[in-house]
Amino acid sequence: MSDPIIRIEGLDKIYAGKSGSGKEDVGSFQALRQVDLSIERGEIFALLGPNGAGKTTLISVVCGLASPTRGTVWVDGFDNVKQYRDARERIGLVPQELTNEAFETVWNTVSFSRGLFGKPPNPKHIERVLKSLTLWDKRHNRLMTLSGGMKRRVLIAKALSHEPRILFLDEPTAGVDVELRREMWEVVRELRDQGVTIILTTHYIEEAEEMADRIGVINNGEVILVEETNALIEKLGRKQLTLQLFDPLDSIPDSLATFELALSDTGEELIYSYESSSKQRDSSGISTLLRALEAAGIGVKDLHTRQSSLEDIFVDLVKERA
Amino acid sequence: MNLYPVRAIYMSEMARTRRTLLQSIVSPVISTSLYFVVFGAAIGSRIEEIGGISYGAFIVPGLIMLMLLTQSVSNASFGIFFPKFSGSIYELLSAPISYLEIVIGYVGAAASKSVLLGLLILLTSNFFVPLEVAHPVWMLLFLVLTALTFSMLGFIIGIWADGFDKLQLVPLLVITPLTFLGGSFYSIDMLPPFWQGVTLLNPVVYLVSGFRWSFYGISDVSVVASVVVISLFLVGCLAMIAWIFRTGYRLKP
Repeated sequence: MSDPIIRIEGLDKIYAGKSGSGKEDVGSFQALRQVDLSIERGEIFALLGPNGAGKTTLISVVCGLASPTRGTVWVDGFDNVKQYRDARERIGLVPQELTNEAFETVWNTVSFSRGLFGKPPNPKHIERVLKSLTLWDKRHNRLMTLSGGMKRRVLIAKALSHEPRILFLDEPTAGVDVELRREMWEVVRELRDQGVTIILTTHYIEEAEEMADRIGVINNGEVILVEETNALIEKLGRKQLTLQLFDPLDSIPDSLATFELALSDTGEELIYSYESSSKQRDSSGISTLLRALEAAGIGVKDLHTRQSSLEDIFVDLVKERA
Repeated sequence: MNLYPVRAIYMSEMARTRRTLLQSIVSPVISTSLYFVVFGAAIGSRIEEIGGISYGAFIVPGLIMLMLLTQSVSNASFGIFFPKFSGSIYELLSAPISYLEIVIGYVGAAASKSVLLGLLILLTSNFFVPLEVAHPVWMLLFLVLTALTFSMLGFIIGIWADGFDKLQLVPLLVITPLTFLGGSFYSIDMLPPFWQGVTLLNPVVYLVSGFRWSFYGISDVSVVASVVVISLFLVGCLAMIAWIFRTGYRLKP
């Protein structure tokens, strides 16, 4: 594999113990602890974590909004502090909050962003970006007249105005309805197909599961896990088999005691939990279980399986560390 | 130095001025004209000449200075404060631009606007009082240097302020009193000796005096002193801005 496009080494970030006005001491706060992380070229990387875990701080340090306390960030081989021009021109950032100049028009604010990032004007490119985000019809609208979803798109357009190689999306779909969320995923996939590396943070596990090639979990400022999405689900995932019975049971028969079984309250369902990862023949024990059921004379009406989602995995992980 | 970001900031700030034309250009011109009417035409006719200049004409340079200082400070401070307030400053901080480029963009735009305003007021004053400009080049030099210096001061205030109240504080409590007490409306010869001495500690005295000299060839303090004071002020503001960006003060946690 080629060099990672972003390499973070030993990153610490401690916010000094000053309140907003700088007068009260609110105690210093360590937002990032010894973060080591590499982002590969062209991947979609999802950074997951509860509120206050350090997701936004990590992005802020990489993008230059906050200074690192210790450690180094390389962007495409450039130190993001010492060679900030080279590092930053490769990055587009879409912030979490909907912030923009209310009185500007869409076209002007996106063109402004391109200039700010040191690129000569290129109306063709701005047009392409606006069209791809279905903002073209709104180009002469003032930002304050746009809906929340449209404002979010404007922020994405601004971030793409200078043709970045890396795009950071800080909670891109927070407060966005389902339809728009789907559309945004589509936009992100298109960008990835164009070779843009994408790092997104999200609360929606579903989003990470659907979009990301790899997932990093961050909690209390530490990256506690980085794994390919599929591998993560497979590795940590447990499956459940639910068997609907012809006749309700009062209790689980002794002959089935060796299986990890639970009986539903009504006694009409048996729930069997098993690991889905093992490659061994019938390691799941489903066929053995079915044979045992038959031997015990229990009739099965219907069955279905459920794979634990990333959400379950995530909650387990965070709880374990807490 | 990359000129695209400088141009982007400069043009966007000038666009803001155009959007708020009434408040940023028309209203200062009108309020200054009121001074000309009241002090120049109405009261001024009953005040004796100062150094051979009619009172109405005497106060023109001081009034331009008054407007130049307050407008430079408030315009530049708002220019950088507003992105901080709205959160859109993230873009400025994440852009591949140097601090110098940021300052040139913001301060340059604020100073341009102030110079324009100063010239407009000068033109307007011509309707009320007979005007002569003895040293036009010096006049422009003082105008530009003052606009630049106080736009820098405004930039510093905009970064320091963490609320709209603080944004107003310095212009109202520092700049306006210093200007009123800085010889805008009188020659400091008219003060008792003790207060003459105190007044010399007020930097605005040197600005007003130098500026008035460029009009009428009369001054309270030597022109050299005026140039030195304004240059010192400029260097002080530059050093302050350099420090702000080096430490990330109020910009970067």
